[in-house]
Amino acid sequence: MVLWLLILIPLLAAPLAWMGQQWSRHAARWIAIGALSIDLLLALLLWSQDHRFQDSGHGSWLLESQTNWIPLWGISLHLGLDGLSLVLILLTAFLGLIATVASWTEIQVRVGFFHCNVLLALGGVIGVFLAIDLFLFFFFWEVMLVPMYLLIAIWGHEQRRHASFKFFLFTQAGSLLLLVAIIALALLHQQASGRPSFDYADLMGLTLKNGMGWWLMLAFFIGFAVKLPAPPFHSWLPDTYTAAPTGASVILAGLLAKTGAYGLLRFTIPLFPDAISEFAPIAMGLGVMGILYGAVLACAQTDIKRLVAYSSISHMGFFLLGAFAGTELALQGAVMQLVAHGLSIGALFMLAGALQERLYTRDMRQMGGLWGAIPRVASMALFFALASLGLPGLANFIGEFLVLFGSFASQPFLTILASIGMVMAAIYSLAMVQRTFFGRKREARIERDLSNIAFGTLLLIAVLQVWLGLYPRPVLTTTMPVMETLIQPARPSSNLIHPPSEFLPSSNSFTSHVSAP
Amino acid sequence: MTLLDLIALSPILDLGAFSIVTMLVLAIRRHHAAIAVFSFVSCLLTLAILPWAATSTPRTVTALLIVDKYALLYMGLLLSATMVVISLSYRYLKLHFSEQEGVEEYYLLLLLATFGGLVLTASAHFVSFFLGLEVLGVSLCSLIGYLRTRRHPLEAAVKYLLLSISASAFLLFGMALLYFESGSMTFRGVGTVVERAQTVPGLWLGGFVLVLVGIALKLGLAPFHMWIPDVYQGAPTPITAYIATVSKGAVIALLLRFATDVGALKIDALAHLFGLLAVSSMVTGNVLALFQQNVKRLLAYSSIAHFGYLLVALLAGGSAAAEAVTFYVIAYCAMTLGAFGVVTVYSSERGDAERFEDYRGLFWTRPWLAAMLTLSLLSLAGIPVTAGFIGKFYAIAAGVDAGLWWLVLTLVGNSVISLYYYLRLIVTLFDDEPAPTTIPQGRAVQTTEAAGWTAVFSLGLVASIILLLGVYPEPLMEFIRDSVSNLLMVGMLRP
Repeated sequence: MVLWLLILIPLLAAPLAWMGQQWSRHAARWIAIGALSIDLLLALLLWSQDHRFQDSGHGSWLLESQTNWIPLWGISLHLGLDGLSLVLILLTAFLGLIATVASWTEIQVRVGFFHCNVLLALGGVIGVFLAIDLFLFFFFWEVMLVPMYLLIAIWGHEQRRHASFKFFLFTQAGSLLLLVAIIALALLHQQASGRPSFDYADLMGLTLKNGMGWWLMLAFFIGFAVKLPAPPFHSWLPDTYTAAPTGASVILAGLLAKTGAYGLLRFTIPLFPDAISEFAPIAMGLGVMGILYGAVLACAQTDIKRLVAYSSISHMGFFLLGAFAGTELALQGAVMQLVAHGLSIGALFMLAGALQERLYTRDMRQMGGLWGAIPRVASMALFFALASLGLPGLANFIGEFLVLFGSFASQPFLTILASIGMVMAAIYSLAMVQRTFFGRKREARIERDLSNIAFGTLLLIAVLQVWLGLYPRPVLTTTMPVMETLIQPARPSSNLIHPPSEFLPSSNSFTSHVSAP
Repeated sequence: MTLLDLIALSPILDLGAFSIVTMLVLAIRRHHAAIAVFSFVSCLLTLAILPWAATSTPRTVTALLIVDKYALLYMGLLLSATMVVISLSYRYLKLHFSEQEGVEEYYLLLLLATFGGLVLTASAHFVSFFLGLEVLGVSLCSLIGYLRTRRHPLEAAVKYLLLSISASAFLLFGMALLYFESGSMTFRGVGTVVERAQTVPGLWLGGFVLVLVGIALKLGLAPFHMWIPDVYQGAPTPITAYIATVSKGAVIALLLRFATDVGALKIDALAHLFGLLAVSSMVTGNVLALFQQNVKRLLAYSSIAHFGYLLVALLAGGSAAAEAVTFYVIAYCAMTLGAFGVVTVYSSERGDAERFEDYRGLFWTRPWLAAMLTLSLLSLAGIPVTAGFIGKFYAIAAGVDAGLWWLVLTLVGNSVISLYYYLRLIVTLFDDEPAPTTIPQGRAVQTTEAAGWTAVFSLGLVASIILLLGVYPEPLMEFIRDSVSNLLMVGMLRP
């Protein structure tokens, strides 16, 4: 029930936010903030409660809920929470709040409908992180797409129509491949055992013939890599991130990219262990390609939002490198990278949005010397630029360092190439700050600085960055059990990751069970 | 004929009787609203009789008809769709006709067309097949040209007439060839020849292909789709909805039974032919839809593509295919009625709202109407929470199950293409409204006019069906699985 509550609170608040428009100007914003705060508190509560299980080193679901949905096809409403999903849900609720704050001054028309879409998209994202029935997963995977599309198409900047189409078409193409692969898996299960099933636990036990496993894995990989995005599936990203309104950019870069990452960790890697062992070098190569490509192009941008967008490709490359490295250290780093990147990219987009709102341009050639005029924006931008380039002591550093450290053992050459990306990150991040805030002042007019609420939010993110940079243990221990199951060398005959199905609670209930000591 | 035969046949007889009564009433007194209500009630009563008829199924009634749960399921679909069309038509006709012009025959023709459709769903013999198709076709032809003072409907009617005639010609010639080879006019009899001989005679193959061409013409499968966009655009919008749902639904029901009974998919050459039709329909429909600037034409091309998807499911063969096709048809009917329903409701007496510009910013002026159109379009595009997604899921599942990888991948690729033009229309709905100066005062009054409660009610119903089937399809899936099981074991029941 708690799991459903996590999903339903934003979904139900969405129509309320829409109607709230009529009551007062800020009602929709407060409804969104209220709903997301409740979600955040709920997730924090789960986290604090379940802390004692997390050190036990066995990755069963902390909470589970299963109800029949379409038994004819072996589809059930099956939600499960483990450390990985918990961390990402915390991130979702938090970034949702940031997105709301970021659009406080930017969105002035159709405020209710904007927040309705934000909440719907976030509900879908949380559903994605919780669903462990593949059909249900796909359902949520698509639910978040339409509101996201509307956010870009209605409130976006100049190229919004083009960008929103590109976003929808690319992701939908990936999704449909994923759907075909999911259906094929379910039907393979039918061939093996006489009934179709979309359940994660059932499909984990499936043995696939080599060729089939390889193709299905590829479909799963592409479906998720489009969202991530990894080259060569990234071409939608710069346009979309740039054209989206600030709030939507925060969600896109901070959360939607993470759903792709989550899909890779949750489904692609554990479902196809044999194919993955062959494919891992290619995936890591794509990751390194993303790191370098994103970094090189980021250096060449003059549009500040595009720069941040390309830096995002670069950072998600580190995730890809770590996720397929096959060592626990690298996987831990990959997860850390997800959280850290979510926080830093959210803040950077918020700052880019703030600049655009004040200067009516995103072109860095027309900026310069702004430090004196808007010190709050400038200092925050410097801080997050440093975070993004991987300054030790901040969260991004932990992620990237662990990824590089963990990958070196399996792919030394690729890892060395990847570390060049960190150097280039320093170049483009500092160049961005340099061109924007230092140098000769271009414009004489005095701009408003950040409002207190926006500044406070950014400070909060900064505190989180420092906290996770100095003490990353909370995130690492929470996700460690899940990561351990991902690197088990051979596939366990029955699924060790989950308790056998008799052990599962019957439908319509949830329990938290302690795993074996 | 025994009593049980009559019970089994009761839906068809019932609707036939009601049509005659309507005709007689028309001779005595003409009243638009009364006739509309009466025809609606006729369909409703016929619908209510279906469960009773189901008690005596499956049953062959004479050599011509076979009434089984499969037929009854499709009858239910056709009748429900007709009811939606009737409720959409009332306000539309009021806008376009003055009292004295005689609009009442419209409803009579609708009932007759549906009657033909019912016969098609139950036919197991070339004679009933042909008669049903002709009743449907002739009634439709007059319905398409019903707005006889306008140019486009008349043009469309002539086009449809020519199409109907050529389809009939192909059908008759094909049937003759099949009869020549097999000496039988029943679907099953036609099939047994091939089964027994182990080889496929050339003339038999030719005959089947000709029949298939006739059916493809009626369904508008590429390359026999030329008439579709013009007729869709020219016909009165409720009739367009009717062609897209009832007429095509009845023919697909027949095609599924025909192909299953004859065992067409077991013959490699024919399976390839079906595959070719599927691919060409999907590609032609979707690619041509990309260039449309007219909503009705866009939906017309998209319907060509959708029947391509349906063929992929049909090709899979066996019970999975029958279930997938049936579910897809039901979902398709709901979403098509939704989309054309919005076009109908949004039309004014000045003409149908069919240009993209008409829909600019509709979401901000008439949010419910725009939401309904968005829902239908998303469903057509196969996005979850809608019936269209489950339909596409079913089609893909059937294709994957049968190992038709290339067809499935073509379907997936085409879905992505189709998304582009659906999105184009959706984004138009959410565009900024045109500046108020460009709208004449009268137009603004016109658009805020009430849609008519019948239309609103039926559209609401359609929307809830789309959502319900998208979120909780289980009951319908069970029901379809139960119903189509008749279709596959039907051979054993033959006398």
